[in-house]
Amino acid sequence: MSSMWQPVDEIARDVNSGKLSAVTLVNKALTRIEESKKYNAIITLTADRARERAETIDTKIQSGQSAGRLAGVPFIAKDNFLVFGSETTAASNILKGFTAPYQSTVINMLEAEGAICVAKANLDAFGHGGSTENSDFGPTLNPHDTNKVPGGSSGGSAAAVVLDMVPFALGTDTGGSSRQPASFSGCVGYKPTYGLMSRSGIIAMASSTDTVGVLAHSVSDVAYVTDCMSGKDSLDSTTIDRDPQGYIIDKPLSSLKGKKIGVIKEYMSDGVDSAVKASIQQAIDALEAQGADIETISIPSLSLALAVYYVLVPAEISSNLSRYDGQRFGYSDSAAKDLEDSYTHARSKGFGKEAKRRIMIGTHVLSSGYYDAYYKKAQLVRTKIIKEVDRAFQSVDFLVGPTAPTTAFNIGQNIHDPIQMYLSDLMTVGASLTGIPAIVIPVHKVNGMPVGLQIMAPQNADRALFEVAQVAQKEINT
Amino acid sequence: MAHLTREDILRLASLAKINLDDDEIASMQTDLDSVLEYVEQLKDVDTSELEPTNQVTGLKNVMRNDEIIDYGMSQEALLANVPEVENNQIKTKRVL
Repeated sequence: MSSMWQPVDEIARDVNSGKLSAVTLVNKALTRIEESKKYNAIITLTADRARERAETIDTKIQSGQSAGRLAGVPFIAKDNFLVFGSETTAASNILKGFTAPYQSTVINMLEAEGAICVAKANLDAFGHGGSTENSDFGPTLNPHDTNKVPGGSSGGSAAAVVLDMVPFALGTDTGGSSRQPASFSGCVGYKPTYGLMSRSGIIAMASSTDTVGVLAHSVSDVAYVTDCMSGKDSLDSTTIDRDPQGYIIDKPLSSLKGKKIGVIKEYMSDGVDSAVKASIQQAIDALEAQGADIETISIPSLSLALAVYYVLVPAEISSNLSRYDGQRFGYSDSAAKDLEDSYTHARSKGFGKEAKRRIMIGTHVLSSGYYDAYYKKAQLVRTKIIKEVDRAFQSVDFLVGPTAPTTAFNIGQNIHDPIQMYLSDLMTVGASLTGIPAIVIPVHKVNGMPVGLQIMAPQNADRALFEVAQVAQKEINT
Repeated sequence: MAHLTREDILRLASLAKINLDDDEIASMQTDLDSVLEYVEQLKDVDTSELEPTNQVTGLKNVMRNDEIIDYGMSQEALLANVPEVENNQIKTKRVL
């Protein structure tokens, strides 16, 4: 996709050499945000702090120092990342007015390399949704058709990239929340191996699948940003070691010769829109033309992944959202008569409908008498899925398929039907439950609307995933 | 499995510390039923030889030193988000 932004490494190079100023870049991003207001992709600007940081960076460079590998690169973070001094709401009224008292590790890492956060992006409140309609600040509109959703829950981040506000944006991905909006809005979206990026300072949704997500114009920008913010963090004990080779692909593959790519049979079923399927098939043909060995592979239990997901994730949500009690932070109702009452008042008025729905489901599946039948059973089926996916990776290097069964749907179309809404996660939850990395790249559009090819790799093969995705993005026509 | 009754919904809401009005109770009943019906498909899956998954990357007992670390968080900034503060303490409604 074409963008008015240069690749991030080139921006940093030009800022460090004095050819570009960080202040100019920040102003360019803020202007673009202002011009794109009608899409409602942004909840808050962090303009003052961004300008201050940009001035500091420019001064540092004028005095002959280097300002890092992302010097002056503006970016946008989903509003569930804590960013110093910014209001962080997770798009929920219960956190309206909450000022981040500390900053998420990944934002610290990006800032240490000179990147500058200019705004906070809209999302489905707490990450609950696939359309960004569940935001207490109103829906984000799809950049290609304002009657349609941008996908979700990182819909604001995806729209921000597609609208060219910034070179890259941060999202989160618990069940597809960075990949599905990348597919619906038309940019690259990546979910790393579980644990590769610290979640410290990110508002928790479902801890056993929550990951950071990166949305950008190109695979190489995603890889570069990943290289700047991955690895172990003492503040998140689930983090893992980074690849000793890093994630920047210095020598892009010249072809896909010798790469075995499995097309997931269950993801190319009748439930997938035929035009979407044709577009994905065209992309797969392009991979084959590059020398990849393509085979169809069946992973039958993947069709159970969505059911597993919608037991485990609400359970984890109900636990993670129990901290919102109106005492230490967040919405509080002074009319409550006692402590117990003040918990209930804060939660009833502060949470939106979808958060309440998921808390209720989670409470049910964890409650006495139902725990074994729902929660434990889902954990067992999760093991079955992991085993089958592991087995698939014994015969192929990568798995591919569509990202979602359709292109972006109309605003309001699925809002009253939770199951229809949840079905848009059908093809993304598999990678989440198994902890494997996955990346989405734009392929041939259907009726003017973007479609994304999803490529998955075994755990810790993120670098190899970038190598293949880079070739794919180069060779596949959108 | 049995469908959730109005009483079930009220019990769950009380466990979750959420008040629901009549409209919300009715829509929760419909919504939860449809989700539970969808996840029913797990019931018949043979999982007899399997162990439940809690963690996907195989990490176990990640330990750290028990020491104070400074990650740039001030007491003032933390208390600034508290709805009601008195003498640098968080004030709640009466307990009893």
